[in-house]
Amino acid sequence: MSVGIAIGAGKESHSTRSIAFPTDPFSFQPGVGQEVANTYCVICHSADYIYIQPPHSQGKWTEIIKKMKHTFGCPIPDDSMDTLAKYLTNQNEISPAALNPATIQEPSSSSATD
Amino acid sequence: MALLNSDGLTRRQFLQTSLIVGGLSALGQQSARATSPESIELPFNRGHRPLVAFPEKRPLMVMTTRPPQLETPFPIFNESIFTPNDAFFVRWHLANIPTTIDLKTFRLTIRGRVRDSLSFSLNDLQEIFEPIEVAAVCQCAGNSRGFSEPRVAGGQWGHGAMGNARWTGVRLRDLLEKAGIENDAKHVRFDGLDRPVADATPDFLKSLPIHDALVDHVIVAYAMNGEALPFLNGFPLRLVVPGWYATYWVKMLNDIEVLNHEDHSFWMDPAYRIPDNACGCLEAGQKPTRTIPISTMPVRSFITNVSDGTQISVGRPTFVKGIAFDQGYGIDQVLFSSDGGQHWDAAQVGKDYGDFSFRPWEIWVSLKPGRSFQFQSLAINRIGESQQFHPKWNPSGYLRNAVETIHVTTQN
Repeated sequence: MSVGIAIGAGKESHSTRSIAFPTDPFSFQPGVGQEVANTYCVICHSADYIYIQPPHSQGKWTEIIKKMKHTFGCPIPDDSMDTLAKYLTNQNEISPAALNPATIQEPSSSSATD
Repeated sequence: MALLNSDGLTRRQFLQTSLIVGGLSALGQQSARATSPESIELPFNRGHRPLVAFPEKRPLMVMTTRPPQLETPFPIFNESIFTPNDAFFVRWHLANIPTTIDLKTFRLTIRGRVRDSLSFSLNDLQEIFEPIEVAAVCQCAGNSRGFSEPRVAGGQWGHGAMGNARWTGVRLRDLLEKAGIENDAKHVRFDGLDRPVADATPDFLKSLPIHDALVDHVIVAYAMNGEALPFLNGFPLRLVVPGWYATYWVKMLNDIEVLNHEDHSFWMDPAYRIPDNACGCLEAGQKPTRTIPISTMPVRSFITNVSDGTQISVGRPTFVKGIAFDQGYGIDQVLFSSDGGQHWDAAQVGKDYGDFSFRPWEIWVSLKPGRSFQFQSLAINRIGESQQFHPKWNPSGYLRNAVETIHVTTQN
């Protein structure tokens, strides 16, 4: 991660300031419906938004997905929403502590030599 | 010669009174057990948080990466009454955040129901307008949400989504009066440079009622603790609304629009609203019938130098210290109990940095050996408002201001 240029208040010795945001530390994990999450959810936010949630019922996840679509404009098709709700309910059982970057699986990056 | 730390304790005394023995680390109020230097476990289900250094920040607890939500590890609140800029919590709603700001082209615009639309560079603001400094607590509306019982959806913060800083900037009223406020002005709406990723996502806009926008202490800040705002805390400008929750403290502020109507855009309605009753609370699981926008912060206090699960050796009194704050009437008293609220003693309230700042407090307590204790603090502000013993519940996990408990045992 790059460090921004420090500017004292009232000084314009550097008129442009930039930073670089880190990339998402891990992806949605394997499971039925993973590709729905990796297509739609990741458009707007990293996967950790899901993995830090307390246990929610499938009904609650359905409500959340509907809010993503109808309030926040997620382009998920209606016929994928049930699959995604089941997937998120299952993923919700994974503790965030298990998502150690050393043990996660990267999407599509498994080497042909495995 | 014994070296004294900032508490006036010798290092040996500090270790005896603050160090958790038995494998737990001295990591502050939240019974935080460091599983490794790379993470902290908040004491609720799904409380694992990696510690990662984002740009211009020391390692902070990552709740989410994109958009970033970073929590301050609680021991930092014990180090100084003003939260260091590189430790200050971070919370963005939208992931399309500019990664470059060019001060040559950056402008703050004031428009809408004003006589003259105006546009200022950062340099203009610093040269034309009287600088105002105010010490104020910035606290996320959902701070402490992870402790909700029952749990609710949303950002699962511990107690670290808050910070105290000396904010320097231009009085909002001075900006608005220079533009000339029309008689039908009702709300003032604030927009920052961040944008949604998806077109249909509502942009992050917040509004203040005109009379709340015109008070003395609401400023457009360009400095925090004497330095330019960190990028992640809103460089080059943010709104500072002392006594109100941080949702209004719009970051990368670049547009101020005076409206002749109440703002009901998404982030004012239905987002960020609380039950319209005296406590802003409901029975667990209930839905509100009527809501109002969240605004001011109820009284809170914390013990900062003793963490949950500490074992203390006795033989000399134990030093306990912490912080307290409210919506701006100022802290009048802080009471301390070591027996879960059966008996209370007055703590010593420390230096007054201003009505909107953290206020330090401290007390010496004598504990009996071989016992367990429940340390609690309770703050009372100058109009008699205080804290609850049972946390308020609402569906969004807002407004927490319960008395918090630190479990401590004494060695035999």
